[in-house]
Amino acid sequence: MLNYFLNRLTVAILVAITVSIFAFSLLRLSGDLAAELAGDDASEAEIQAVAKAYGLDRPFHIQYLDWAGSALSGDLGVSVFSNEPVFEIITAAMPVTIKLATYSLILSLVVAIPLGILAAVRRNTWIDRAALVFAVSGQAIPNFWLGLMFILLFGVMLAWLPIAGQETWVHFILPTLTVGLSSIPVKMRLTRAGMIEVMQSDYIRTAQAKGLNPIAVMYKHALRNAILPVVSITMVSFGRLLGGTVVVESIFALNGIGFEALQAIIRQDFPVVQSIVAMIAFIYIALTIISDLINAQLDPRIRLN
Amino acid sequence: MAPNETTAAATAEDEFQVDAPTPWEVMKDRARSHMGFWIGGGFVLVCVIVAALAPWITLFDPFEQDLAKRFVPPVWNEEGSWSHPLGTDQFGRDYLTRLIFGGQISLAIGFLAATVAAIVGSIIGMIGGYFGGRVDAVVMYLINSKLALPGLIVSLSLVAVFGGSFLVLVLVLAFAFWDSYAVALRTVTMQIRSQDFIAAAEAAGASRRRIILSEILPNLMNQVIVIFTLEVALAILIEATLSFLGLGIQPPTPSWGGLVAEGREQMFFNPYLVTIPGVTIFVVAIAINMMGDGIRDITAPEGRN
Repeated sequence: MLNYFLNRLTVAILVAITVSIFAFSLLRLSGDLAAELAGDDASEAEIQAVAKAYGLDRPFHIQYLDWAGSALSGDLGVSVFSNEPVFEIITAAMPVTIKLATYSLILSLVVAIPLGILAAVRRNTWIDRAALVFAVSGQAIPNFWLGLMFILLFGVMLAWLPIAGQETWVHFILPTLTVGLSSIPVKMRLTRAGMIEVMQSDYIRTAQAKGLNPIAVMYKHALRNAILPVVSITMVSFGRLLGGTVVVESIFALNGIGFEALQAIIRQDFPVVQSIVAMIAFIYIALTIISDLINAQLDPRIRLN
Repeated sequence: MAPNETTAAATAEDEFQVDAPTPWEVMKDRARSHMGFWIGGGFVLVCVIVAALAPWITLFDPFEQDLAKRFVPPVWNEEGSWSHPLGTDQFGRDYLTRLIFGGQISLAIGFLAATVAAIVGSIIGMIGGYFGGRVDAVVMYLINSKLALPGLIVSLSLVAVFGGSFLVLVLVLAFAFWDSYAVALRTVTMQIRSQDFIAAAEAAGASRRRIILSEILPNLMNQVIVIFTLEVALAILIEATLSFLGLGIQPPTPSWGGLVAEGREQMFFNPYLVTIPGVTIFVVAIAINMMGDGIRDITAPEGRN
């Protein structure tokens, strides 16, 4: 187990370094960030001054090491646009996105797992087919459009729910529905597939042959194993959601991390963009390690391989 | 030997001949009864033809403004008329024309991006799966680095840096999607690699290139096609998202996501400007998914469902 862990950790650190270099170069790929920041009609001298002010005139690797070094001690630099420390921008925006991601995750699990079990148990009936139609539709609906439709329906026509802001939990209902609905299909299909596979395995057949109560077999024997892939994808899915709520945040005027990222990208605010991309990637890497370790703990075949 | 003896022998042989259908016949048989494949595939085909013939079948110019005819509602509305079946937008441009020309761009970007991603991702995945060892470790490291990055934020940044041109969008979306091919093909290549016919080809002295191209690749094609169709649908959704956020195809050039973005300001007064392109994306994405599921069922190896 220790070997497995160290192995995974080495890869993760390598990946983290690569990803941070990528995040750092993202807005620099145009070749001349200083000219972009200085504006269209800036003179050569003005561009030089901008480059000097932000340290963009130094060699790339020096800039990177400087940023990475200060980042490790918690200093992510200041926003080019507002001069606010990037660290404070992120910590102010993060709770909103974490709230949205958590609510959406709970919603998607609460719907996906029972629906997946039902579809597997009633395989090839109309329930199964309806669940499939629901899954396919969920994956095909554009997120931004679904959000707009919710605004139109519940916000304007019925006027039940607020359509912008983040003050109370009521403000999170429509954003949660929008994000949650789109992450149901994958989890539902996984639950269904896992359940069908487990139901066909020998130990379930044995349990059934012994004459155990079918409901007990289903929930005490089958579900535990069928649910494993869903548990591990839940961690990964949370990491995905942190970087995937850009659209919903901008539609519902939530000042979360996605909204900050979008603003920063439009303003070429490179210190903010590089830190947000690197941070979301780091969280994702950490979550996948944790989920790998949980899986290895639960399934010896993984850690002994 | 008398002629009637040969006939007798032939008939005897015929009686013992087992009528095993060839794989091609099996597929034709499965395809014939697969409703989803025909409905989905047929719809996609119609869309592609309509989009390809856009300049010849539309009655208006997608860019021509007519301020006297702003906000003509669609034909199902009381004030609508057949001269503009889907109405006109805030500049008096015919909405059906813009939808068809938008489809040209959205479909082309979706198909091209998925194709580039398929080529790059398949090669990377096959190399990792075939060579194993250190080569595979590098491939896994590339895939892990890609997975850790927040996809949408990275795509938005790249489009912001390089501009929302057709070519940039194709490449950015290809970069966003190559990893699913790599992940799937790596695993399948590993499985095929250990089979006898590969060992036979190696023993016969076939070069690695020949083994990969003519022994392994044909066995992976159905996987590639299935992932391809799903990725086309996803690429269309993501392109629409980028254009909706203002970082994709730039107005006045129509694209499905762009139409939603343009209609958004008018959403409360003229909802059709948002519902029409949204429903179009949704239906096309479902049709592509149905086609993909159909291809998967039809080309699945014996005994798999």
